Amino acid sequence: MLADALIVVAKDLRIEWRSRVGIDQLVPFALVVLVLFAFALDSQQTVLAEATPGLLWVTILLALVLCVQRIFVTESAPGLTDQLRLSGLDPAGIFLGKALGVFIQLLALEVLTVFGAAILYSTRFGSVGSIALMVCAALVASVGLAAAGALYGALLLGVRGRETLLPLLLLPVVAPVLIGATSAFQAALGTGDVTSVQGWRWVGLLAVFAVAYVTAGIFAFGPLLEDT
Amino acid sequence: MTSIDTGLRAAPKTVDAPTPAPIGTGSRGSRILGVITLALTGLGVLYGLVISPPDANQSNAARLLYIHVPSAIVAYVAFGVTAFASIMVLWKKTETWDLIAASSAEIGIVFTMVCLATGMLWGRPIWGVFWTWDARLTTTALLLVLFVGYVALRRALAGNPNRAKWCAIAGIFAAIDVPIVHESTTWWVTLHQGQTVRLLGESQIGGTMLFSLLIMMVAGMCGYVWMLIIRFRVAFLAERVDETAFDAAIAERRSEAEKSRAVPTIATSEAQ
Repeated sequence: MLADALIVVAKDLRIEWRSRVGIDQLVPFALVVLVLFAFALDSQQTVLAEATPGLLWVTILLALVLCVQRIFVTESAPGLTDQLRLSGLDPAGIFLGKALGVFIQLLALEVLTVFGAAILYSTRFGSVGSIALMVCAALVASVGLAAAGALYGALLLGVRGRETLLPLLLLPVVAPVLIGATSAFQAALGTGDVTSVQGWRWVGLLAVFAVAYVTAGIFAFGPLLEDT
Repeated sequence: MTSIDTGLRAAPKTVDAPTPAPIGTGSRGSRILGVITLALTGLGVLYGLVISPPDANQSNAARLLYIHVPSAIVAYVAFGVTAFASIMVLWKKTETWDLIAASSAEIGIVFTMVCLATGMLWGRPIWGVFWTWDARLTTTALLLVLFVGYVALRRALAGNPNRAKWCAIAGIFAAIDVPIVHESTTWWVTLHQGQTVRLLGESQIGGTMLFSLLIMMVAGMCGYVWMLIIRFRVAFLAERVDETAFDAAIAERRSEAEKSRAVPTIATSEAQ
């Protein structure tokens, strides 16, 4: 299962690397969203610094939709899902590979947007302990986002109007991640009333979400792919 | 591929074999339920607006309770039925469960909207705001969005042979999400805004108020079952129309062709 996952993720990332869509479009998109938030909030530095956790995660969620659409672009051509099935790869492996591909791209975007926020919003990222909390929250949250994204991306393969349907289905589903990750970041940055102990509890909730969606994805992907 | 396909197609025949398939939108049972719902709603209006006393703290605004709480409970039940039916779709692979899941979700959306609308109308005079980011409000709003997405997915997949299975998976995932959201918003509220006040504690309800609420709850549940029966029958018939429409169209064209072939022969015979 894991070997199959690695084959799929290597294939997807190789395509992604060669097409340069991720770097040429996804990265600028995330930065544009960050800049738009600054425009919308009238570039008040204090407001932007206070709101950084929320703004960062909304940016990531919007980028997630694009990431998921990108990672399934190859398979959306007619007949290619059948090829994937004929390849003899374990469906659970395909799911994990797709999720891993989204996960890696999301992590890269998160690092980038955090630096973006530090520069554009003058957000101060504090001590070692708070950075550890942020890193853990980001890792666990990204697992959940990637799993949910890979699942809904596969669900909508070959569906008419999938570009508009994906955000409608996916964004409400990942709302708990937005709440959890934002609160954990607030704890780490000290922008809200959230203490760091509570911040770690939020990481726990994110882990519950991640485990639920990874497990569900592993079991659902087989039947999902069967008749695509 | 084919095994599941035939599973979805063949099952209704075995299911429908003992009982006749619906041929109209209503049955005797649904008509009786409809009358009961109407009568109970009338009684509920009488009790809720006339007989029950105004609340000590909220005066007449509290009367929204009689429609707000039942609609919330019916909505939760409806989405619960959708989740259960979705599991049954994956297990039994029958069309019946698929249509029950879809019908129940649509009714659930309507009741959630009623619940949110009355809640807002109630919140304005009592809390001072239409909306507050309370755990229950947030969860309910998200529930609405999740199932609107589910219905949108059904529409997008119309005519797709895998619709039942894919929608069932989406329905189950929507249902998994609800407890997580509820948990997260409960934490959120305890962390951020502890001062949300509910003037009307559960313990304060008694006597005629409780009776009025109970009437409306029973009316709401009867109304739900009534709508579910009708919506299911409509959905079932719509599927049959889809299946037979093509054959019917071909038959129509054939008869037209035969008619047009018949007309010239008459004309030529008259000319001769």
